[in-house]
Amino acid sequence: MDSGKPYEQARYAELPLMSRQFRYFAGWADKIFGTTGPSDGIHAVQTLHEPIGVVGQIIPWNFPLVMYCWKVAPALAAGNTIVLKTAEQTPLSAILAGKLALEAGIPPGVLNIVSGYGPTAGASIAEHMDIDKVAFTGSTEVGKLVMAAAARSNLKPVTLELGGKSPMIICEDANVDEAVELAHFALFFNMGQCCCAGSRTFVHESIYDEFVEKSKARALKRVVGDPFRKGVEQGPQVDKDQFHKVLGYVESGMEQGANLITGGGRLGSKGYYIKPTIFTDVKEGMKIFDEEIFGPVQSIAKFKTLDEVVQRANNTVYGLAAGIFSNNINTVNTLSRALRAGTIWVNCFDVFDATIPFGGYKQSGIGREKGKYVLESYTQVKAVVTPLHNPAWL
Amino acid sequence: MASKCPSFSPCPTLLVLRARAPFPLSPFSSNKTMAAMSKGAPALGLALKTSEVKHQDCSSSSANFSSSSTRRRSRSGVGRVSMHCRAVLATEQVEAPIKSPFPVQYTKLFINNSFVDSVSGKTFPSIDPRSEEVAVEVAQAAAEDVDRAVKAARKAFEEGPWPRMPGCERAGIMNRIADLLDEHKDELSALDTLNMGKVYDMARLGEAPLAIGLFRYYAGWCDKAQGMTLPTNGPFHAYTLHEPIGVVGSILPWNAPFYLLAMKVAPALACGNTIVLKPAQQSPLSALLIAKLAAEAGLPDGVLNVVTGYGDTGMHIASHMDVDKVAFTGSTQVGRQIMQAAAQSNLKPVNLELGGKSPFIIFGDADMDAAVESAHQAIFYNQGQMCVAGSRTFVHESVYDEYLERAKARAEKRVVGDPFKPGVEQGPQADEAQFNKVMSYIRAGKDEGARLITGGERVGSKGYYIQPTIFSDVQDDMKICREEIFGPVMSVIKFKTVEEVIQRSNQSEYGLGATVMSKNVDIINTVTRSLKAGIVWVNTYGILTPSAPFGGYKSSGFGRENGAYALANYQQVKSVIMPICNPPYL
Repeated sequence: MDSGKPYEQARYAELPLMSRQFRYFAGWADKIFGTTGPSDGIHAVQTLHEPIGVVGQIIPWNFPLVMYCWKVAPALAAGNTIVLKTAEQTPLSAILAGKLALEAGIPPGVLNIVSGYGPTAGASIAEHMDIDKVAFTGSTEVGKLVMAAAARSNLKPVTLELGGKSPMIICEDANVDEAVELAHFALFFNMGQCCCAGSRTFVHESIYDEFVEKSKARALKRVVGDPFRKGVEQGPQVDKDQFHKVLGYVESGMEQGANLITGGGRLGSKGYYIKPTIFTDVKEGMKIFDEEIFGPVQSIAKFKTLDEVVQRANNTVYGLAAGIFSNNINTVNTLSRALRAGTIWVNCFDVFDATIPFGGYKQSGIGREKGKYVLESYTQVKAVVTPLHNPAWL
Repeated sequence: MASKCPSFSPCPTLLVLRARAPFPLSPFSSNKTMAAMSKGAPALGLALKTSEVKHQDCSSSSANFSSSSTRRRSRSGVGRVSMHCRAVLATEQVEAPIKSPFPVQYTKLFINNSFVDSVSGKTFPSIDPRSEEVAVEVAQAAAEDVDRAVKAARKAFEEGPWPRMPGCERAGIMNRIADLLDEHKDELSALDTLNMGKVYDMARLGEAPLAIGLFRYYAGWCDKAQGMTLPTNGPFHAYTLHEPIGVVGSILPWNAPFYLLAMKVAPALACGNTIVLKPAQQSPLSALLIAKLAAEAGLPDGVLNVVTGYGDTGMHIASHMDVDKVAFTGSTQVGRQIMQAAAQSNLKPVNLELGGKSPFIIFGDADMDAAVESAHQAIFYNQGQMCVAGSRTFVHESVYDEYLERAKARAEKRVVGDPFKPGVEQGPQADEAQFNKVMSYIRAGKDEGARLITGGERVGSKGYYIQPTIFSDVQDDMKICREEIFGPVMSVIKFKTVEEVIQRSNQSEYGLGATVMSKNVDIINTVTRSLKAGIVWVNTYGILTPSAPFGGYKSSGFGRENGAYALANYQQVKSVIMPICNPPYL
């Protein structure tokens, strides 16, 4: 309701992810191991992986409950307490989730939820002298502010999940129909409002024309409408600011000479609905190709060789995710290592199992969420050292 | 006596019950335990008075009992219950056995989620050690029955859904199994008591929760069994896959049927394997009920099969050509046979949990109250029938006499009787063979010149009850000091120096457990590292947290159960290697 996401998407795709997160991290709660270790000399060495303390968590509006679960579950599993701030656009679902947590038996004060704006509530968390760690998901721009505030105040460690401009690379051996559908999903899912959206679609020249034609047909079939209605694939953008921002990028695309092949404007006259939009002949230097749009605007570019596409795919300040569409083992192995991104989806996209770590390279962020990796973000390592006398072994 | 540092924890499974006296709670019991106890008592016609019970958390393992019989002080965070019931003292005749609160439901083999007779129709008797009479007949599995079970397990593994489910789905089923086990924990405990004499309240309030906890713990591991991607020394992409190993043969002993089943079954299931399980012939009943409950919880056909019978049934499993792995807990002697059978058949990997003769070492600076009670539990819990029993009690000469006096007093207060009766601490030995074996060791102790401090005789004339027995001035070369008795016989040995006690402790062919009672950091560090034992308890005894690996050195076996370590027993590691062209890094 707050965000405009299709109800069916939230109910059937996102909800299972949420309870899964909690069950997965419930399983980690009693498995957080430290080490006993060798020493260089005659000492007994142990490490304890302790809860880090009071964790500040700031979440965005694009997947309110999923983001809540990604943050809260591991922090609790590691024994921390939380002050969580929801996005001002989507304050409601976390409050209900928090109430359910209390009902489930979480002691008072362990999970606290505050709603409000970034410059006030969010900044206050980032700057707070008595918060031991801050985890933020949102734009790169704000991520920088959060990190700077953490540094200025009490040097609290920071993990960031920021923006992206993820390449979706369709190789020459691709089945075009399948590739079109996957690339469509990778960009248009959630009205294009995904940090990891596959927002630069690179297509091998040998299949480019067919791909473009089929992508256009697919975009034209996309059902845009009231998110509470059955069968709707795309609801409105989340708010007026986002709506205008996206339309602004569409205009810049046209101005900078990209080729608009479908969509390109508002849908209807009420509600922040935007037509599924595709540009081709897109290249570096165009804003729609370099900057994160966060809307239903697909940009399709042509490539010739793998070396070229690797270089172009990596030519971005971002590095959150990437998609590879190919069945060739060598292509897959080479590309998956060459792409500088935290998640590489091969012949799939947006797979978010609880077990898979997720996070960015470069200005897409710092740290990893989910999987075993996230536990590091929510623990503090203490070494305990004692001398040994006459050790039986070292 | 005032504020003792919280150093004492008796066997976590226990409630030490004393007639007409308040008793301590182990740190692992709780308000629920207390409530359950008070619910049970009125049903048996006993008056139960409870003082205010406060919530106790595991971390404050408070030393809340006192050795002096005159002072009963309530410590904060611990509840006390006064039991007014008639004590069954060591010298009294044991009454007619109390009827088990639950009838026996299942006595047939469990294969492919159904109960079936053995092919031959043969059964074997399951004896109640309180009456020495047959309680029930149970199906006896021969080679053809083991074969049927292995076939079912093989099919379930190669074709069935269990290994093909994502870990999170296996976790869901395992958690449901844990829920059902929890609902039936009294019944499961009653079956074990009926089979082998374990004190009912200790079973259902102590061991059962631990067993259920293991199922939940390993449910959590289902989706966390990870392999690795690897650095290589050339242009290769390489990784490991940790695969289920296949059909697992699990062979259990009788001394803690429910808990040891959980220890074997939970990690094997978590890793996606299928199982053919053989409980001991003395304790077949709880395994059958557990398998049924697992099926109810959604475990697919053929994933958990139970074949009941004698040792030969177990040997059929160990030598079966289509079993991929065998895990055995039992005596060292049988462990050798299992390993040989495995080697001679299809070289299936083996892990063994065998016997022990674990040292319990009391230094001069030990908290003597804690030491006396811990040492008592360490040898007498479960009628001395624990692989990790602290069966060589080394006491520093400076506190030797004091220890003996207190240990004797404690042993003489131990309530021996019908394990179904509330207030009883010690039931009968598991069967006639065990009883005879223990009595012969007691004779040997007397013959070889150890000093009998207390006990040494049978209790009553029916049922395999033995008096809590203490020998002192035990020498290293005496049989009672070298060999595993598996009975309520404490051997107290005097020592002088740290080096000496380390050397004497390590002299044993066994190396399963050890306990160190001292407050000195240096002694603790030195001794814990010097002892050749798989589990060392410091200032406590018997704590079995699911994360701590459990297993032996030397003739106590090899391999580790519990913790993350157990997963390795039930996985096969596969390396996958392929070339990579133009790698951006290596």
